[in-house]
Amino acid sequence: MPDRELTCTQAMCEALEEEMQRDDTVFIIGEDLVAHGGIFGQFTGLPEKFPGRIIDTPISETCLVGGGVGAALTGMRPVVDMHFADFVTTAMDEIVNQMAKIRYMLGGQVRIPMVLWAPDGGGLSAAAQHSQSLESWFVHVPGLKVVVPSEPADVKGLLKAAIRDDDPVVFFQHKRLFAQSGPVPDGEYIIPIGRADVKRPGRDITVLTYSRMTYHSLEAAERLAADGIEAEVVDLRTLKPLDFDTITRSVQKTHKVLIAHEAWRTGGFGAELAARIGEELFDELDAPVTRIGAQDVPIPFSPVLENTVLPQVEDIVNGIRKVLYG
Amino acid sequence: MQTTNDEKLKLLETMLTIRAFEEKAGELFQKNMIPGFIHLSIGQEASAAGTCSVLRTDDYLATTHRGHGHMIAKGADLRRMFAELFGRSTGYCRGKGGSMHIADFSTGFLGANGVVGGGFPLIVGAGLSIKLRNSDQVGVVFFGDGAANRGTFHEACNMAAVFKLPVVFVCENNRYASTTPADNMLAGGSVAGRACAYGIPGVSVDGNDVLAVRAAAAEAVARARGGKGPSILENRTYRYRGHYEGDPQKYRSKDEIQSAAETDDPIERFRRRLLSEDVLTEDLEKRLHKEIAARIEAAVQFGLEAPEPQPAEAFEDLYVNP
Ligand SMILES: Cc1ncc(C[n+]2csc(CCOP(=O)(O)OP(=O)(O)O)c2C)c(N)n1
Ligand SMILES: [Mg+2]
Repeated sequence: MPDRELTCTQAMCEALEEEMQRDDTVFIIGEDLVAHGGIFGQFTGLPEKFPGRIIDTPISETCLVGGGVGAALTGMRPVVDMHFADFVTTAMDEIVNQMAKIRYMLGGQVRIPMVLWAPDGGGLSAAAQHSQSLESWFVHVPGLKVVVPSEPADVKGLLKAAIRDDDPVVFFQHKRLFAQSGPVPDGEYIIPIGRADVKRPGRDITVLTYSRMTYHSLEAAERLAADGIEAEVVDLRTLKPLDFDTITRSVQKTHKVLIAHEAWRTGGFGAELAARIGEELFDELDAPVTRIGAQDVPIPFSPVLENTVLPQVEDIVNGIRKVLYG
Repeated sequence: MQTTNDEKLKLLETMLTIRAFEEKAGELFQKNMIPGFIHLSIGQEASAAGTCSVLRTDDYLATTHRGHGHMIAKGADLRRMFAELFGRSTGYCRGKGGSMHIADFSTGFLGANGVVGGGFPLIVGAGLSIKLRNSDQVGVVFFGDGAANRGTFHEACNMAAVFKLPVVFVCENNRYASTTPADNMLAGGSVAGRACAYGIPGVSVDGNDVLAVRAAAAEAVARARGGKGPSILENRTYRYRGHYEGDPQKYRSKDEIQSAAETDDPIERFRRRLLSEDVLTEDLEKRLHKEIAARIEAAVQFGLEAPEPQPAEAFEDLYVNP
């Protein structure tokens, strides 16, 4: 069967539709889901197909996330739509102190099969409260799985895995990738949580990246190929659990690492990666592990300022050159 | 409450200015001249004008994503507003905030907010600060029917009530929160009705009657200023535009919007009233429209000629002492 081209949004919808068909404990809950299929039209078609299982709520994130936890504790598989990833802040107790810990605190008596779906990222002039990439907060908290896909095929396969997972998964999707299209296999498939994917092989440097920066990194690699530089682009896809085996194999080949993410540099996931590579692969390294991330300021509104703050393809190109040539 | 003819004309002028500003902003957004997204308050002008007409410049005002009108009514400079909407360096927030985070502390306007329900605790804090400083200022927070379902609303009402803070909670119930009808989500059916749980006054007002809004606001503000504590006002109104510009609005019919605009427009209602009272004449009205149009035009021009921020400005304003 030839691959089809789907957008990330179409791929996500397919995943939801298949999983809702397969398991009638799966439901979607959030604000403004029914009338327009979600504020990004991301669930278009689903409310008609699954009446009563796409549930609009009041603007009460604390309760809708906590309610998701309660439903998951009692036999359902909720997909909670966070509207914008930025609004996780309004439900942090429910995520960090309840969703992440209940199973452990209760000695494993319960499961929390729940997906927190969080559209994140900047590049839309949406300013400081609607543009953030907050994944590293959740990686820090034991008990959560954190998924950050880039291409449509990964979105579909990983979302299906997340829904079937018996543990809570925070599933980020970059808003600027909703309309991104790419090949998606026909039929049923799952991409297991916790596996990275080498999107472009190369011998000279490993670029560890995820989400939208995967595309930026691929573009940077393309540009550098013209100069004979072969960058290997590794899309982590899942941050927790982390596929350190794939990272290790790549670093053993290239001996150089650039990390690129859209989240702020300080305390971003790149810091964890750099530390772990330093601890476990120090002898493999020929150059310091280098990080590209957003500048450490809130994401500003003006396009000029936002482009200054968010990492650009050019920054990755320069970062690679710096690692290679100092 | 007494409203002089000059005050009435001022109310009309404020409402007309808000509408002209919003219509212009919508037009410029359509032409891709305003980045990001904007939420307009066309149809809700009486709430902004009436409420702010009883506030002093040093009273505090916090608002929502739909806050241009409140800001104008509080006395902000239209030129710096447009400059901010364009993301320019001489905008109110130097291009960092845009429509959703616009603020003008020189007129007590503590800012719009991108997080629904974000303003409630802030105004409680402002009220506390007023009290601790023994000041006679008042703090007002505007919010939507949807925001009344955030936990922050309940926490703020309770805390403001037990501390007897000089605060007024002004709901603009425009019947929808984004795509969702208030009727489906607001238990009890009324925001004002929730006041009884906190033992404070809760008043439901015809929010398209600017004098009714003004009267209710005057009472609540006087109560707050007099040390008697907070109140909730609910201005029942309607938004004519989409939730945001570009909203496909499948959740309501064109007829519904049109009939609201034709039968219950706050500006048209007040205009007719002033004409019948001979406070307004057709000449005066023409002049008013002309003046406002000229001010808007000049403000847009100022915004368009305003410089883009320098990239280095992205790193300013984060800390006082970096
Ligand atoms: C905490 C939070 N949840 C959701 C949103 C997304 N959102 C922005 S405006 C809005 C609807 C607000 O409705 P309402 O309070 O009635 O104000 P209105 O837009 O009608 O003026 C929603 C859901 C948000 N900005 N913040
Ligand atoms: Mg509303």
